Parts: sequence; C-alpha cells; structure tokens
Amino acid sequence: MMVWLILLPLLWASLAFMLGPSRGVWLSIVGLAAQLWLAFALAAEIVGSGAAMHAVGGWGAPLGIDLVADGLSAAMLLLTQCIALPLAVYAHAYFKRDDPATTYFWPLVGFLLAGLNALFLSTDLFNIYVTLELLGLAAVGLVAAGGGAQQIAAALRYLFATLVGSGAYLLGVALIYGTYGTVSTVTLVSLIGADAPDLVWIAGGLMVLGLMLKTALFPFHFWLPPAHGGAPAPVSALLSAVVVKASFYLVLRLWIGPFSSLTVVASLVVWFPALLGTLAVFWGSYQAIRAERLKMLIAYSTVAQLGYLFLIFPLLASAGALQAGIMQAFAHGLAKAAMFAAAGTLIKATGQEMVAGLAGVAERLPVTLFAFGLAGITLMGLPPSAGFLAKWQLIELALSQQHWVIAFVVLVGGLLAAVYVFRVLRQAFLLAPAGSVVTPVPRTLEWTAFGLAAASVLLGLRGVELMQLVGVT
Amino acid sequence: MTFNELLPLAVLASSLIPGLLIFTLPESWVGLRTTLNLSGALVKLALVLLLIVGVQAGESYGVHFAVLPGLNLSFKADALGLLFITLSAVLWLFTTLYAIGYLEGAPRRSRFFGFFSLCVTATMGIAMAANLFTFFVFYELLTLATFPLVVHRGTEASIRGGMTYLAYTLIGGAVLLTGIVWLHHLLGHTDFAHAGIAVALGSAYDGQLQIIFLLLMIGVGVKAAIVPLHGWLPQAMVAPAPVSALLHAVAVVKAGAFGIVRIVYEVYGIEFAQSLDLLLPLAIFAAVTIVWGSFRALFQDDLKKRLAYSTVSQVSYIVLGVTLFGPIGTVGGLVHLVHQGIMKITLFFCAGNYAETLGIHKVSEMNGAGRRMPLTSIAFTIGALGMIGVPLTAGAVSKAWLIDGASAAGMDWAIWVLWTSSLLNAAYFLPILWRAWFKPIPKAWPAEHIVARGWRETAWLLLLPPMITAVMTLATGIFSNNQISPLSWVKLIAEREYIHESIIWTP
Amino acid sequence: MTGGLLFASVGVILFAMGVAGVLLLGHLLRRILAFNIMGSGTFLVLVALAQRNGIADPVPQAMVLTGIVVAVAATALALALARRLYVLTGKLELSQDDEE
Repeated sequence: MMVWLILLPLLWASLAFMLGPSRGVWLSIVGLAAQLWLAFALAAEIVGSGAAMHAVGGWGAPLGIDLVADGLSAAMLLLTQCIALPLAVYAHAYFKRDDPATTYFWPLVGFLLAGLNALFLSTDLFNIYVTLELLGLAAVGLVAAGGGAQQIAAALRYLFATLVGSGAYLLGVALIYGTYGTVSTVTLVSLIGADAPDLVWIAGGLMVLGLMLKTALFPFHFWLPPAHGGAPAPVSALLSAVVVKASFYLVLRLWIGPFSSLTVVASLVVWFPALLGTLAVFWGSYQAIRAERLKMLIAYSTVAQLGYLFLIFPLLASAGALQAGIMQAFAHGLAKAAMFAAAGTLIKATGQEMVAGLAGVAERLPVTLFAFGLAGITLMGLPPSAGFLAKWQLIELALSQQHWVIAFVVLVGGLLAAVYVFRVLRQAFLLAPAGSVVTPVPRTLEWTAFGLAAASVLLGLRGVELMQLVGVT
Repeated sequence: MTFNELLPLAVLASSLIPGLLIFTLPESWVGLRTTLNLSGALVKLALVLLLIVGVQAGESYGVHFAVLPGLNLSFKADALGLLFITLSAVLWLFTTLYAIGYLEGAPRRSRFFGFFSLCVTATMGIAMAANLFTFFVFYELLTLATFPLVVHRGTEASIRGGMTYLAYTLIGGAVLLTGIVWLHHLLGHTDFAHAGIAVALGSAYDGQLQIIFLLLMIGVGVKAAIVPLHGWLPQAMVAPAPVSALLHAVAVVKAGAFGIVRIVYEVYGIEFAQSLDLLLPLAIFAAVTIVWGSFRALFQDDLKKRLAYSTVSQVSYIVLGVTLFGPIGTVGGLVHLVHQGIMKITLFFCAGNYAETLGIHKVSEMNGAGRRMPLTSIAFTIGALGMIGVPLTAGAVSKAWLIDGASAAGMDWAIWVLWTSSLLNAAYFLPILWRAWFKPIPKAWPAEHIVARGWRETAWLLLLPPMITAVMTLATGIFSNNQISPLSWVKLIAEREYIHESIIWTP
Repeated sequence: MTGGLLFASVGVILFAMGVAGVLLLGHLLRRILAFNIMGSGTFLVLVALAQRNGIADPVPQAMVLTGIVVAVAATALALALARRLYVLTGKLELSQDDEE
C-alpha cells in the first residue's frame, strides 16, 4: 500500500507526459482518487494495528530502503491527497484547453506528489534528501509553468533557495554519516542520545536551518511570496498548502527523533524556532495587511501561518503539541488551498489582480467569496474551524506550561489575520462600480474551492479521529 | 439517539437548514424563500413549545459530541436557556415577517435571509450551550453571521459600521477565548452547572479566578455594549431596520447579556461570585453604562442612534439585576432580558416604518407623524412608555423588581441610578412623542415612499409586527403574575440558582 | 591532520564558497556554477569523512553518485530556466524590483 502511494503518481505522471495533457488530465485525476483511497486505507490500518513498515523489494535496511508509516506520516499523507485531488479537478477547469502550461503541469504534479509521499514515508536521512530534491525541482518547474518572465524569475529565485536549503541539509547528513556511519533515523536516536560530539550539533544546525529555508520560515521567507504569488492559482494552492509543510514535517521529525536528546541538553534551543515563528507571524501578517495584490496578500498570509507551526517547539514536552501542530497543518493546508483557488477564480472572473478591484464580487460570485470567507475563518482561528481547534490546543498547552508569550502570539496573530482577511471581504461587499464586468467562470472552479474551505471548517467540529491517528507511534 | 437528545438539535436545525437552503435560491424565487423562512420560524416555535412543556415537567434535554479528546460540543435546554430561546424564537418570527415586508423588491435578499437564519441559529446555540466552549463557538459564529447583515447595503458608510463592529467583537472574542481556555485549563472542563463550577478549585485560585472573570466579562461585555465597550452599537445603526432589531433585541446584545448571566450564575455561581467580590465592580460598570447611555441618547437627533444609546443603557439593567445579590434582583435582571427585547424591537420596527414610509430618520422630522401613521405611533408610544417604566407596561415590572432587588441587596445607590435613568428616558422619549402627536403635519414628508390606503398607513407586513409586540409589551406588564408570563418563568429559574437561600416571593 | 580530515575541510570551504556564490553573485551562470561548487564540497565531505579508517565505505560512494545525478538534474533545470529568462528579458540576472 505504501509503495503504491509513491509508484502511482510516478506512473501517471510519466503516462501523462507521454500521452499529452488532454488525456493526462483524466489519468491524473483517477490516479489521485486512487491515492486518496490508499491514504485513507493506510490511516485506517494504522489506527487499527499501529505503525506499519515495508522493506522495498524485500531488502531491509541498511542496504535496502525501509518505508515506515506512523500516525504523523499517515496524517500528512492524508492531508496531501485530500488537497491534491480537489486541486486537480480545479486545475482541469482552470487551464484553458490549449494553455501551454498544461503540457508540464500534470507530469510535474505527479512527480511532486511522488516526492511528497516518499518523503513522508522515508526513514533514512539520505533517502529524505533525494525526496526533498525531487519535490523541490518539481515545485520549481510548477512555478515556472506559467512561462512569463516574472514567473521564471520567481522560479529561479525559488530554485536557488531550495538548492541551498537541501545543500545545507546534505552537508549535515554527510557530517552525521561521518560521525556515526549510519543515516537511519531510528538507529540515530540512541546513537546521538549516547554521545553527541560538537560535529553533530553543527550537522543538526545545518539540517534544521536548511529545512527552515525550504519552509520559508522568517527570515528565510524571501523567496516564497514571489513564487507563490506569481504562479498559476492551482500551483500556488498546492505549494502553499502542502509543499512547505513537507520541510516543516522534516524539522519536526528530526526534532522529536534523532535530535531529541540534543534539545534536552540545551533546553533554550527550543525557543529558536519559536522566536522565528513569532517573528514570522508578525512580519507575514504585516506584509499581508499591506499587500496590494490579492495573491501576494495570500502568499504573505502563508508566511504568517507557517509561523504558528514553529510555536509548538517549546511545547513538545507534552504530547498535545504534536496534535496541535498537525491540526494547524491541516487547517492551514485546506484553508490556504481553498483561498488560493478562490482567489484564482476571482482574478479570472474580474480580470483584476488587486485587492482594490474586488468591489462587488460578493454579489456576483457569492460561492467563491463564501469559500474565501470560510477559509478566512480558519486562518483567523475563529470557531467552528480546524484553525480554531489548533488555536485552542496551542493556547491551552501554552497556559499549562506557563509559556504565556506563546498564547499571546497566537491570539494576536489571529486578530492580525482578521485584519487582512476582512480587508478583502470589506472590498468584496462594496457595491460594484458601474461598468465593471464579470466574465462567467466554470462552476467547478467555484465549488472545488468551496469544498476545500468547507472541509477546513467542518474538521473543526470533529477532530477526534485525526488526533487519534496522530497519536499512533 | 433519543427524543430528548434530538430536540435541542432540531431547534438548531429548524433555522440552520432553511438558512442554508435559502443561500442556494435564485433571487427571484420569492415564494419558496418566504415559505422556507416562515415554516422554519413556525417549526422552531412549535419545538420550543415542546421544550417548555418538558422542562416545566422536569425533563432534561441535552446532547454532546466530542470535538477533541476532552473537549465537547454540548447542548442542553434548561430553564434559563429556554428563556432566551423563547424570546428569540418568538421575535424571530416577527422580525422575519417584518423583514419580508421591509425588503420587498430589494436586491440580495437570498443572501440576507440566509445570514439572518444563521444568526438565529447561532443565538439558539448560545442559549443551549452547556459549556463555555460551545458558548464561544456560537458566540463567534454570531459575530460572523451578523457582519454581512450589517454591511448589507454595500455603501461605504455601512462597511465602516461593519468594520467597527468587527474590530470590537473580534478583539472581545480573543479576550473571551483567553479566559475560557484558562478556565478550561484550571478545571479540565467548562460545563455550566447550577451554583457554578469555579468554587471547586479552592481558595488558592481566587486571584486567578478574579482575572479570568475580568477577561470573560470584557469578552461578553463587548456584545452587551457595556461602557466603555459600547462604541460599535451606535455605529452599526447603518444596517437595515430588521438587522437593527436583530442586533438590539433578538440576538447580539442579548447574547452578551445572556453570557454575563450564564457566567455569573453557572460558571462562578452567584454566591461564590459574591464571596470573590466580583459583583460590586460589575454593578458599578452597569450603573455607569445605564446613566451614560441614557445621557448620550438625549443628544442624538438621528432616531435610530437615539434608540441605540437607549439600548446601551437598557441592556445594563439586565447586568445590574444580575449583580444585585439576592433572588429578587436576579428576577428583575432576567425578566428585563425578555421585556427589553419586546419593547426595543417594537421601537425599531416603528423607526423602520417611519423611515420606509415617510423617509423620517431624525427626531426633528417627527412632527405630526402620529397623525399620518397613528397605528405605528401608538405602538411606538407603548414601547417608549415601557422603556420609561410607566405602569401597566413590561418595563414597569422589570423596574419594580430591580428596585426591590437593590434594596434587598442593600445597594440603595442602585435605586438612585435606576430613577436617574428613568428620568433621562423620559427626557429623551417624551419629546419624540410630543412631536409625533401634538405638532402639526409638515407640508411635505422628507421622502414619502408608501401612500396611505384607508386605515393602512403603510404596508401591512410592516404594520403587523410592531402592533403585536406592542400588545405583548402591555400584556407582559399587565398579566405579569400569570402562570405563563416571563416573570413566572424567571422565578422558576431564580429558585434553581440560589441553593443556599430559601426564597419567599414578596412583591 | 589525516588525509580524510584535510579533504573534509576543503569540502567545507568549497561548500561555504558555493553558498556565498549562490546568494551573493548576480549573474545567473555564475550562480549555477556556484551551486555546483557547493554540491562538490558536500560530496567531498561525504566521501572524506567516511574514509577515516583507510578503508573505503561503499555507502557514501553510492550516495555521492545519487547526489551527482540530482545535481545534474538541478543544473539542467536551472540552465533551462535561465535561458528562458534570457529569451524573455534579454538579461541573465534577477532584478530586485520584481519582489514586492
């Protein structure tokens, strides 16, 4: 089952490349639906019988590659497939039939998903490096898929950032291998716990910093807004919703896995990601409040929302922190995908890229604006939504460990999110200026965004199963 | 799922489902939309009636769902909740009728009625919430659902009003959330219970509980428009009249006041709150609000603004009643929750009628309005006299109990506050009545939209709701000792909240 | 200083130079070359550190081979994008003003 989650996207990606976009679309959508089913089945299996392992080709570690799915990886797999399928349907309606972007779009999405799924299932540091690069290169390709000069420039900037990030990660892996002679995350836990020379600290620092760069955590966020704000809407949605989460997932994995003994020795180090996360929340929100282009606003909102994810690091002493982090990842993933999708529809329909050009869309594109609003509720952390549950968990954890400052950041961050979300809604509720035209858009565009947004809200009414899944180790 | 679990959910569904369906209706399907609206309102009333009969017979209705491990979304329909539910369900019916008449032919009605129904759903959720978590969920939902209604007209002014409303309520919400999570962290749950839950913590936590109380009161105080958190209410007057009715009588400020009641009685417990010295500061804020609101109302020429400041003042009667330690004050406060709603909605319906029929928006334009629109003006007069507290009206009953409650609690200064407010009420309402009845009709009305036909001075759907609520204002005043009056129900609640004192009803 | 450590130190220096180049240089081709230097530095460290006992460890060799494949692919993608940018704008630099 786990192997198929990696092979299936590779398969349909290659076929889509050979058969061309018109037939590739359907292959992709069928493939994604199958992946979604696989992810659900895997999650159900794990909840039932604990973490699962698969040795690829019958070769176990250290020679072969082991795939392991525990609650954390299964949750991330589920999130990825849940977002990818609706976005694929959206993308099918979004791109015009003869759009040159589609030639590469479908194969690249396939490779991207293969990279993501492999990353969530990998257990050795080098294998993770390969998946990171596969993921990064496919994502860069997607940013460039639009083909405009600005998009190419954004893609190049993104490429250099992601290459430096994974380069630092690889150097870290090299140092670890040089020290311990293994790259298995499982074996490393006890090895590093027993003895950690200074070199390992450097390695850990390099790896975490490299991954933070790829996650676009403040102050490494410089590449994200042009890349996510400039790409075609389905690409922006996919990148903002899942791709940046992958490197966050790795930071978390390393932090609670191999490097867990280091964080015990130097307890202050947990405040480093939290500090950057705090700055990200404030800086990202500030830029989103100021942004003039709608997609730029949403991209900066991603910078801010990623900050929340890093607030859990000082709280990891209690099990709830992981749950809060995953809840926030789900909330932001679903909501941000919905928001970019809705923004794409708004821009397509009005021909206006600016926030100021949105007057009157509440009346003319109610479903899309509703989707935007629901996604906004999740980002603001207002009930009932997954974002609210994440916020609740974070605040309660912060209070129980007496880290008041984290609770404060979460609350203020929510209010700042309200400022930029309602900046858009306020404009949308204004009466349309005379003479403005709205081109009709396919209903699929409106309803896929709505579905994603609704999911982000409805998860807020029932998070028990997800939390149960995350708890499986 | 048993019947007793289903019933509270059905009450929620009876406005949620019509609301969601209405969103999908094309603008032109007036008939189906009206049918959905009214059948939803009537079904809800029937369900509420079932609840009332059941609760009076001692049945308990409740259901809960796990949202996260250790965190439940739970509902119960108890006597206190039913007071609010009944008020909202009854007034929702009339407001819906009124809104159908008011918005006839206006654009964006599907959106309007959709959010309107969501508002009422949120209000029902607030009333039936069985813990603070659930209360907060619906409290914020109410904020979100009212925003599109406040900005419904889509003009710059209405958007500005809406943004002010949001700024106040969202910040208030964040403060409220802090308090709730803190309490949840200390107690491990936030379930409402008679006589409170906070007392279980022991005296080591008194300081924290006082801070939490402050946070919670700021949170709900925003919606209850307690000075200095009241700034949004007069600004939100740009909304259409049915929305004002919703804000002032059915849902929003009531949700705030109701939140205060729940927190004081069923989270802290009135007796424990008294022992923590929490009631007196709250009483002082309520008193300041009562006087300040009435005072500001004096200087408003805009009719709806004057009414808005009047609401600021009147809602704090409820808060004041809550803080008067003793069952009599409790009764005065709680019964005013209902009475204020009935009277204020009458006044807003009438103000809407003046604006829609004759284009009157200002007090200074009211000259002779009584002769042109006698029925509306009679209703307005009844509402205004009720607000002043003239005998035979609902307002008189509330005030009598509040004053007795104040003297029973040994807070004689509160009596002076109430009398001052009554005088100010008279000072800002009586000139309006005088203009309406005794000044001559002007040569031309500001903008006459609807021409009188026989006794029908305006559209009948606009006329009917205020007349009914005006009659209710009189009926609740005159028959206050009847078995089915709000007052009797409130006595039932008070008997359940004071567990250590035996109650003898004297007045 | 053993030979392995010397190689590793050189590798680290190459990596640092490469990173500085990718971040600081303007010309795209130079930046792409800098990335390759960075990669080579990493590979050197990988092979050198695992050789401390004088016996070659095959695993890092395999890793480096994989790494080279990845680096070639990344270089190819970067070159393709750079060429496309040159066709569209006539420049081989990323201007500062397209950031918001």
